[in-house]
Amino acid sequence: MRVYLDYNATTPVDSAVLEAMLPYLRDNFGNAGSVHTPGQRARAGVDAARESVAALIGAKPSEIVFTSGGTEADNLAVFGVVAASPGTRKHVITTSIEHHAVLHSCEELVRRGIEVTVVPVSQKRGADGVVDPGEIRRALRPETVLISVMHANNELGTIQPIEEIARIASEAGVRFHCDAVQSAGKIPVDVTALGADLLSISAHKFCGPKGVGALYVRSGTALAPRFYGGHAERDRRPGTENVPGIVGFGKAAELARKLLVEDSARIRGLRDRLESALLERIPGAQVNGDRTRRVPNTTNMTFANAGGEALLIALDLQGIAVSTGAACSSGSTEPSHVLLAAGLTHDEARSSLRFSLGRATTREEVERAIEVVPGVVERIRSLSPRAPVAAQSAAVPTR
Amino acid sequence: MISTSQFEISSDSPAEISASLSPSAETVAVAMSGGVDSSTVAAILRERGQPIVGLTMQLWNQRRLPQLQGEGPAPHRCCSLDDVHDARRVAEHLNIPFYVINFEREFENTVVRPFVEEYLAGRTPVPCTRCNNDVKFEHLHATARQIGAERIATGHYARVRHNAETGRYELLRAVDESKDQSYFLFGLTQEQLARAEFPLGELTKQEVREIARRLAVPVAEKPESQEICFVPSGSYVQFIESYVQEQERAGGETTKLGESGEIVSTSGEVMGHHNGLHNYTVGQRRGLGFAVGRPIFVVALDRATNRLIVGEDGDLRRSICEVRDVNWIPFATPDAPLRAKVRIRNRHEPAEAEILPLSENTARVSFVEPQRAITAGQAAVFYRGEMVLGGGWIA
Repeated sequence: MRVYLDYNATTPVDSAVLEAMLPYLRDNFGNAGSVHTPGQRARAGVDAARESVAALIGAKPSEIVFTSGGTEADNLAVFGVVAASPGTRKHVITTSIEHHAVLHSCEELVRRGIEVTVVPVSQKRGADGVVDPGEIRRALRPETVLISVMHANNELGTIQPIEEIARIASEAGVRFHCDAVQSAGKIPVDVTALGADLLSISAHKFCGPKGVGALYVRSGTALAPRFYGGHAERDRRPGTENVPGIVGFGKAAELARKLLVEDSARIRGLRDRLESALLERIPGAQVNGDRTRRVPNTTNMTFANAGGEALLIALDLQGIAVSTGAACSSGSTEPSHVLLAAGLTHDEARSSLRFSLGRATTREEVERAIEVVPGVVERIRSLSPRAPVAAQSAAVPTR
Repeated sequence: MISTSQFEISSDSPAEISASLSPSAETVAVAMSGGVDSSTVAAILRERGQPIVGLTMQLWNQRRLPQLQGEGPAPHRCCSLDDVHDARRVAEHLNIPFYVINFEREFENTVVRPFVEEYLAGRTPVPCTRCNNDVKFEHLHATARQIGAERIATGHYARVRHNAETGRYELLRAVDESKDQSYFLFGLTQEQLARAEFPLGELTKQEVREIARRLAVPVAEKPESQEICFVPSGSYVQFIESYVQEQERAGGETTKLGESGEIVSTSGEVMGHHNGLHNYTVGQRRGLGFAVGRPIFVVALDRATNRLIVGEDGDLRRSICEVRDVNWIPFATPDAPLRAKVRIRNRHEPAEAEILPLSENTARVSFVEPQRAITAGQAAVFYRGEMVLGGGWIA
């Protein structure tokens, strides 16, 4: 039995989404920018999808800019707002638990001479992984042009106090971007309620296809494009539209909106069952991130003295797919920046697993994981390699 | 010897083969480098119906010392992206589970840094042996066991067998003497040998290539890698300098690069100047920067006085050396001197010697005939016939 518990990395395309896309790979292959009938058919598909995606987040269709995914949406927001803002001295505020799509963009801003404040998150057990809006307020400067804070963290699932941060930004006259890639489709995301000027989402995190995402840009928000070469997406994101992808995105958004309440209640039940059973059966297991403010599908757990890399492989060999952190960081030696920011030690961060559930997760899958994980953790704990002898040169001088 | 004819391309799809596996069969981890040898090991075990899991170690990030890259990426290193890609391709072809495991930290601590420090201390290290002792048969092995594979198979040309009488595991030379790698495995403990499999030890290089072709292993025609995997284009001096500079920039605690000093003859006469002892190795003839009308060789590196000592060919010959961290394989530390053939570097023809154990893990080796360029930092490996008795590091 294959068990897939890595929905935060990506999700299977819903069959209704695939059905919606197929005509746009075959008959309706036109370029949405063309004048003729095939072009118009493609355009109609894109327009309908734009309405559906806008409806998912409470936006106007004209405020949706389709991109190649969440990373591009984040890049467009960060660089686009900074480039479009007046003045020579510019300052950006973000947090220590953002996705690398935002953090690495901010590192590039620093290389270009722009100042960036990275605000820490709470490390207090039980309230960890959540940013304090007061810290954002304290980081404000007269030259601050952008605040970027994610809605739900991809590794911990913790939900950030976006409304409060948006209010702080608005009072200070600073643009606010919210990376909602891991919250859209899992919890209600409404741009007006949240107060975001810009908001990123990605189709493949809620049963849509990979390679398509969107940036919501509130009407009147100045944004410089990152690409040049045509007038698609009202000049904000030129390039021939990924019509089948966008159509699939639209269908996925429609399903997410329709199924959100029902899905999230069911998934929360399964997640809680998994979490409590593992806590009960694995000595010393602990949950990372504030459990009262989390998306319903994610749990991040530390199993002290059981290396995450070996855990991941051993579980995969038993047919259970989970992850140690963001998929984008796999193969890296560095422990997760999110877990470190949330107060875990290097060893704890290296002994942690993320379980993330989704629409197709079944009770049987969860029960199978509950059956297998404790034994694997125990085996790995009992076979922990000898601690690396410090440089070994002192004890063995001639080698 | 295994005949190659028993390896036929199976008409079964890999999925069918794996379905027919006995569920009780124990999984073996195959250390896959992406080269032809370890790929063939995976293919052989797969063909036998052995449940296997392919593991590739990510050991060194080649982007780290970009000044060494020169013209494009170095091809066919153990951990270039290419080789990880090749290993993955082979695993895909064989339809076996496959994972890349990152051991960069362990590799740097136990292989790369000691390699640099050995050179800076005037010795000539054997990084492959340290990698076997401390990374491949230690950390990789531990991970393999954690994921449920008690044994590990590698592409080494050597043999291991259990002696029922003594209860010990024995290490033997490969059947193909030209490929024998037992020199690099002398440091394996009984526990490590007990869990090791070297399927190629019984085969010749020719047979391995043939099996690789028959089983359509994707890398069957790939050239062999010869050099130290983390040293691009074979320039270890450049590597050492770049590494030390990188460590200094990072504020790490590293031994400083050696400064220039005198080159003196065995009688103490100053012959010239060297530019740091790490540029030289015992027995070296070229690159001394002066000529005296007869062949002159590096005889010794004196770290204490920062002097390079040179002499004639005869000055290189010695009969006695002491070895440290001795590992005995078919028996525990003997309490009496014993005769053996001793190899003092990889391609050296083992020479008759008497080995006198001085303690649990030190010994004195006295050669019957003086040997040329016995070099500190290299391994002295003791052989009796095809059996490896043990070995240690030349002091």
